[in-house]
This record gives sequence, C-alpha cells and structure tokens, in this order.
Amino acid sequence: MRVVVDLNKCQGYAQCAFLAPDVFALHGEESLVYDPCAGDEQRAQLARAVAACPVGAITADGTDDGAAPSAGPVRGTSDDR
Amino acid sequence: MTVEGFFERLRTEGRIVIVGASLAGLTAAETLRAEGFTGSLTMIGDEPYEPYDRPPLSKAVLLGKASPHRTDLPRRRELDADWRLGVAAAGLDLGARRVRLADGDEVEYDRLLIATGVRARPWPNETEAQLDGVFVLRTRDDAVALHRRLGAAPRRVFVIGAGFTGSEIASACRYQDLAVTVAERANAPLVGALGGVVGAVAAELQRENGVDLRTGVTVTALEGDTSGRVRAAHLSDGGVVETDVVVVSLGATRNTEWLTGSGLGAGPRGVACDAGCRAFDFRGIVTDDVFVAGDVARSPHPLFNYQFLSLEHWGNAVSQAEVAAHNMISPSADRRPHIWVPAFWSSQFGVNIKSVGVPTMGDQIMITQGSLAERRFVGAYGYQGRVIAAVSFDNTRWLQFYQQLIETAAPFPLEYSTVDRRPEGRRPIPADFPDPSLPTHGPTVTLSGYSPVDRRLVFTPARH
Ligand SMILES: Cc1cc2nc3c(=O)[nH]c(=O)nc-3n(C[C@H](O)[C@H](O)[C@H](O)COP(=O)(O)OP(=O)(O)OC[C@H]3O[C@@H](n4cnc5c(N)ncnc54)[C@H](O)[C@@H]3O)c2cc1C
Ligand code: SF4
Repeated sequence: MRVVVDLNKCQGYAQCAFLAPDVFALHGEESLVYDPCAGDEQRAQLARAVAACPVGAITADGTDDGAAPSAGPVRGTSDDR
Repeated sequence: MTVEGFFERLRTEGRIVIVGASLAGLTAAETLRAEGFTGSLTMIGDEPYEPYDRPPLSKAVLLGKASPHRTDLPRRRELDADWRLGVAAAGLDLGARRVRLADGDEVEYDRLLIATGVRARPWPNETEAQLDGVFVLRTRDDAVALHRRLGAAPRRVFVIGAGFTGSEIASACRYQDLAVTVAERANAPLVGALGGVVGAVAAELQRENGVDLRTGVTVTALEGDTSGRVRAAHLSDGGVVETDVVVVSLGATRNTEWLTGSGLGAGPRGVACDAGCRAFDFRGIVTDDVFVAGDVARSPHPLFNYQFLSLEHWGNAVSQAEVAAHNMISPSADRRPHIWVPAFWSSQFGVNIKSVGVPTMGDQIMITQGSLAERRFVGAYGYQGRVIAAVSFDNTRWLQFYQQLIETAAPFPLEYSTVDRRPEGRRPIPADFPDPSLPTHGPTVTLSGYSPVDRRLVFTPARH
C-alpha cells in the first residue's frame, strides 16, 4: 500500500507511530520517517493511523473500506492543503 | 457557443494533456477527475515510472527505512488516463494546440498542463562527471544507484554543496556510520535558503555529528584512477580529499528546453504564469489554454510584492496543481488564485527543520522562541518592517502561528513577549544572506523579479 505524509502539515504528534509502528517512526524529536510502501499486512494499522492523525496529514490507498488499492481514496479529515 | 456551453463541453469531452507525470502532474489529474472532468486525459512523462515521491529519496531511503524502488505516490482515485511513460515531450505548437513527443508522435489538446519540474544540475566538467562513483540525486534511478553504492561500504563520501539535499545526504551517511566530507562555497550549510544566522547552527549540527565540513571552499577538480573510478576531490584551498563516492548537490535546472521556440515565456527561470496558473507567452500576454504547476512554474504572489516566485517545494507542487486543474475547466468567474504561503520541511541529523514564507526576502532575523544554542527555536524574518518568513528547528507546532503573522503582514520586530523568549531573541539581527548576485545553489525559493518574460539568469557553474 502506497503512503504519503504531507510533512508540512505533520506536527510530529506520533499517533501514527503508535498505531502503525512498522510504517511510521520518529527520527529525533519530531521528524517523521515512514515507509512509503507498506506491506499489505499493515492495512488495518495504516487505516487506524490515517484516521487518528490529528491534522489529516496521511494519505494512503487501499485502506478505504477494503476498496481496491487503486480506487479507494483514504484521506485525512482536515483536508485543507 | 455560450461560455457555459463551452465549459460544459470541455468538462465532458475535452482533451487534457499533462506533461510531467510526477507530483504536480498526478495531483492535477486527480483533481480534474475529482471535479468531474470526464474527457480524455493524457499523462506524458519521460521517466519510465508511475508518479513517485522524491523527498523520501534523500531521507527514508538513505536511512535504510524504505526501498528506493518503492516510493510511488498513493492514488486518491481511479484516473482513467492514457499514460505515455518513458517518452519525453519534445516540442509545443501553441497555434495548433499540439504536443510533439520525442518518438515523433503528436498529441492534441484543448487544455495543456506543463509540470516538467526540474532536474539536478550536473557537475560542470563532463569528463569528471562521467567518472564511476559520481552521483546526483533527483530521480528514482539516481537513488537506486546511490543507495547501492552507499551499501558497498565506501571509505568516504564526498558531498558537493550543503543545501538541503546535500545536508540530508550527509546526515544519512553519518547515520550509517560512513565517513563524510561536505564542501560548501558559502561559509555554512543552508545559507542560501535560510541565511548565515541559521546556517551557523546547521554547521554546528554537521560537525557535532562527525561530518568533515569544509566551508568557504570550492571544488576545483574530481580526480579519477586509471579504471575511471573517482578517487579524490581537489579543493580551492589546496586540499585534496580521497573519496570513492561523490554526490553533486548543486541545485536544480528547470526543464523548459522542450518549450524553446514555442512562444511561451519559458526559460532558465521556469515558465511564467499568472496567479491563476495560466502561462504567459513571450510577449507577456497570458494564454488561456496552457497552464503551469510545480517546480517548473514561476508565478506572482501578492504577499511578496507580486514578485515572481519559483518554489522547489513539495507543498507548492500539490497546491498549485490543484488550482491549475480547477482553473483549467472553470470559467473565469469561478477561477481561484494560487496564493499558497510557501512552506518547506527538511529533516537532517534528527532535527526537523521547517520554514514558511520567503526567508530570502528577510533582511533581519529575530529568535522569537527557544534558543539557537539548544538548536530548538523559531526565528522570524523581517522585511521592511513586516514579518516575511519564519524558520523552526524542532518547533513545528508554532509555525502555523507565524504563518498567520506573514499573511497579515504583522509588524517586525515582533513586539509581544512569548512564553520562552530568551535574551538572544529580544533584538533583530541581520539575517546574513549571501549577495544575491552571486551564484548559489542554496535557495529553494527564488525571487525572479516582476516581469513574466524575464528570461535572464546568470549562473556561473564555475567550479563550485
Ligand atoms: C531528493 C529530494 C528531496 C526533497 N525533499 C523535499 C523536502 O524535504 N521538502 C519539500 O518541500 N520538497 C522536497 N523536495 C522537492 C519536491 O520533491 C519537489 O518540489 C516536487 O517533486 C515537485 O514536483 P513537480 O511535479 O513539480 O516536479 P518533478 O517532481 O520534478 O517532476 C517533473 C517530471 O516531469 C518529467 N519531465 C521533465 N521534462 C519532461 C519532458 N520534456 N517530457 C515529459 N516529462 C518530462 C521529469 O522527468 C519528472 O518526472 C525534494 C526533492 C528531491 C529530489
Ligand atoms: S499522527 Fe499525523 S501529525 Fe502525528 S506524526 Fe503522524 S503524520 Fe505527523
């Protein structure tokens, strides 16, 4: 599953790193490092991270209600970029 | 046909061609479909890959946390596009509304989006640039090659240029315990983008992390061995550094050559467009069917005195592509301006560096929170009595606040006292940017004057 984080928006709250530690990690105090291509077994954790990010910075595909990877948009809530 | 009728037809059966299939191109395509465009969509990209993300190439990938092959951008929706990947656009006929491809094919459009971005500026000496072990970092292929070489335990990595990318590469190498030398023409890293006050902090950060940082020097030659592998770099101060990997990080060149002779206002500074992303022709007349977005664009911004800004920023590519896509299929009354406040992030040596606004316009800087010594601070830049930009080191949560100050042209120096203002922050000091007439690879925001047809750009690659 493809993942991208809008790091302008990201505030380093690390909710994502708690919920999907195999995809997201903090490097230093507040720099987020992530794997832009998460394994399929990460689907559920990733969906939780997308939903939990307080600033809606994470976009992934295929985590939206089990939709097909290329069709299912998953976006954060405060989508004001 | 009425205007409504025209746009109705454009939206349902128009032909839109996007040249440059990367961040801006993909975002525009997704936005077009999201806004109900059902006509034909052609994506032309000279790289053989589907759109992928570049920032991880100098961060997660080199830190070993992601594969250089797998940074593809997620898809927000089904695009139903005709992908022409691995073939470059080679020419544009504005009158006939036709893009010519390198393979001889031609594609007609009703609306064209130019999103061809920039490419890494190569080492100016071609023979030396060809040496085995000399790299640049812009594309997936670059990242794959560099990643492989760094994995082969080089004795030393030599980075030319301490802008953001060069500094991030040095950071990743140190993280992997590789010996690194960084050579920078200015007196500190990041000076071109953030000025000397912040640059001094970046220099300390590099040295403390074990980077052999050489400032105020240029690289005069790269030396190869008999089998054509790089073996040393020669410096202007007479120094010679033995190395088996050289990464050239001298900034970027805009991909506008394919537009030469097309009649568009395109040149080394990029393709000029209005705030609605419509391209100017070389007479300074705005077109209505050619749009521009992303790193290749330069557009006027009301907050920054209507100067034309060229931004090599991820967030700008996204925002400008969204506006361009919307405006391509909307009548003039419904169009939106691209008035995004520039914002940028970088991550190096474990520090999160962010900026908003246009730091290079700032003549003064004030450390308004935290302290330089702790490397955890916010600095506000002032220009003619107003706040024009801010930079944060590990203090991202405050930046939003400073963005509002920039948007409202709040007075500078800042008057209020903040929770953690330290003595060093009470006075503004010179931001210490290098003379803008001197060539530098540093800034990721370039001010390029007021004229949409300004094609002048003096860059002297003169042996970094
Ligand atoms: C290593 C690296 C790290 C970065 N880190 C950050 C960061 O931390 N923060 C940040 O804000 N930004 C960062 N950036 C910048 C960010 O990636 C760019 O701003 C963004 O990629 C711009 O997107 P774009 O679509 O406008 O252009 P590009 O991504 O450059 O894409 C343009 C595409 O068009 C193609 N093309 C060019 N000419 C033609 C032609 N004639 N025909 C067809 N196709 C053509 C190119 O090959 C390319 O695929 C980084 C960039 C790099 C390289
Ligand atoms: S949860 Fe959101 S804001 Fe927090 S670190 Fe993750 S991406 Fe950033």
